[in-house]
Amino acid sequence: MNIAVCAKRVPLSGGRWVLTPDGTEIDTSGAAMGFTVSPHEECAAEAAVQLVEQFGGSSTVISLGTSEAEEQVRGLLAVGVDRGVIVETDGREWDPQATAAALADQVRIGTPDGAYDLVILGTEAADTAGYQVGIRMAHALGWPVLTNVKGLSITDGVARCERAVGSHREVYEVTLPAVITVKDGINIPRYPSVPGRIKARKKPVDVVPGERPEPLLEKVRLELAAEDQRSAEILGTGVEAVPALVEIFKNIGVI
Amino acid sequence: MLLVLLDHDRGVLDPTSLQALTAALALDADVDVLLVGAAGHHVVPELAAYGAGTVHVAVADSLTDYAPVAAARAVLDLVDRLSPTAVLATGTPRGNEVLAHVAAFLDLPMAADCVSVTPGVGGHDVVRNRWGGNLLETARVHADLLLATFAPHAVRAEQADGTTTVVEFAVPLSEADTAVRVLDRVGEGAVGVGLAEARVIVSGGRGVGGPEGFGVLEDLAELLDGAIGCSRVVTSNGWRPHNEQVGQTGTKVAPDLYIACGISGATQHIAGCRTSKTIIAINTDKDAPIMGYAHYAVIGDLHTILPALVAATRAAKE
Repeated sequence: MNIAVCAKRVPLSGGRWVLTPDGTEIDTSGAAMGFTVSPHEECAAEAAVQLVEQFGGSSTVISLGTSEAEEQVRGLLAVGVDRGVIVETDGREWDPQATAAALADQVRIGTPDGAYDLVILGTEAADTAGYQVGIRMAHALGWPVLTNVKGLSITDGVARCERAVGSHREVYEVTLPAVITVKDGINIPRYPSVPGRIKARKKPVDVVPGERPEPLLEKVRLELAAEDQRSAEILGTGVEAVPALVEIFKNIGVI
Repeated sequence: MLLVLLDHDRGVLDPTSLQALTAALALDADVDVLLVGAAGHHVVPELAAYGAGTVHVAVADSLTDYAPVAAARAVLDLVDRLSPTAVLATGTPRGNEVLAHVAAFLDLPMAADCVSVTPGVGGHDVVRNRWGGNLLETARVHADLLLATFAPHAVRAEQADGTTTVVEFAVPLSEADTAVRVLDRVGEGAVGVGLAEARVIVSGGRGVGGPEGFGVLEDLAELLDGAIGCSRVVTSNGWRPHNEQVGQTGTKVAPDLYIACGISGATQHIAGCRTSKTIIAINTDKDAPIMGYAHYAVIGDLHTILPALVAATRAAKE
């Protein structure tokens, strides 16, 4: 079974976001800033690695981004994905339609091991959260698609998918080849081992140029959400603050 | 005229559907509603109380349960016949999914998770959530027909007067349109017991130290008639089940009181609890990012503070 995982490099911040002076990007120049892939996409890669362990074949991570996305691609190779493809951009964002078209083109090309049987993505990216790239890819490929998947098993070319809705789980069956978008919680992604990291350095990562069309969903500017300007009132240090906490419980009526 | 796709599950309305209806009626007096599946008839009285005018109910013999592509076909059918200026949907998993199929069929842009929508001529302006609502994006949608979903809880649903008319229509479906559909329902869902509805949530992060550390959080939650929540590192380490995770990739909550114990306040977590009415942080680090989101904070070790807080809370209740 040949599986493509779509994942992208996004900023990682332990704290709050700072925007660039023109308000169009997150300022990633700070010392505390790092980069990662979205949690849903970590789980997508883990799902792919598990399926290849079960059925054989290979897994490929496809990422649209700058050449720096190699850091995240190698990170996923270190947890067991076999190879990477970066569709290289100039750093400007692509809208969901353009992203899906470029990723679907890579899926059509296939792998040295043959055509893809399955594409796994996160249901939405952590940063842009468009909720649509997987569905658009499926339409471009003429494949069935299901989003929000939190349970996945494959038997005889049919993916049994579960998704959590309120108090229960819905069961679906999707015939491969297919696109599945998953959510955090479908599995617990493994940490990269030292041998995994060493192997990852030697795994192939192809870089192909991307040509950005004008966005039809065009970002104009970003702003911080309103509540983010708060500063906590310090009630005290250690157990001396306990009476003040109990007072708050009374004031807001929870005891 | 605006067309609004509302979300129901076997005749039970998703509460965000009423919010979406209110938001749409604020944009245009001329709003048609679409419900997919014959069970949609059950929710019409509820929609009528919130000002729904014409309610279209799409039916088909093969449409026995939720099927995303079939629902998109129903939207496309009405778009053809009614020529709306916008198709809006509630931003639930189903709403986002169906509208993305519509967008793919029509090869049009779609804006998901919008807190504000301003339809225009030849283009539209939206403000939408990024990073789970930590950032807001102002965006321009370049299309004649606007496709957008509303962020849940961005507006409060309001009752409204009006005369409601129901129009049932048969949507022509191929076998492929219902190939992906709900086949069965099993087991336990996304949300821990009462997490989304809890008035009080006692939540633990890395600072709790391990699964056994949650005992004292459970004691406090029980005293406050609350639920247990946790951060992503806790579920990634397997200390607590994923359905207790509060955050961008877990459950989004808005309780009266959110007590964050040993949680640093990564953006991923804040996205899930930012709209809590009162946030109390208990943390050893006075510079932790959570201090910028909490209303009150106690600096110190949760392992000594929480047992004392449990005892004092118990005494105060007696």
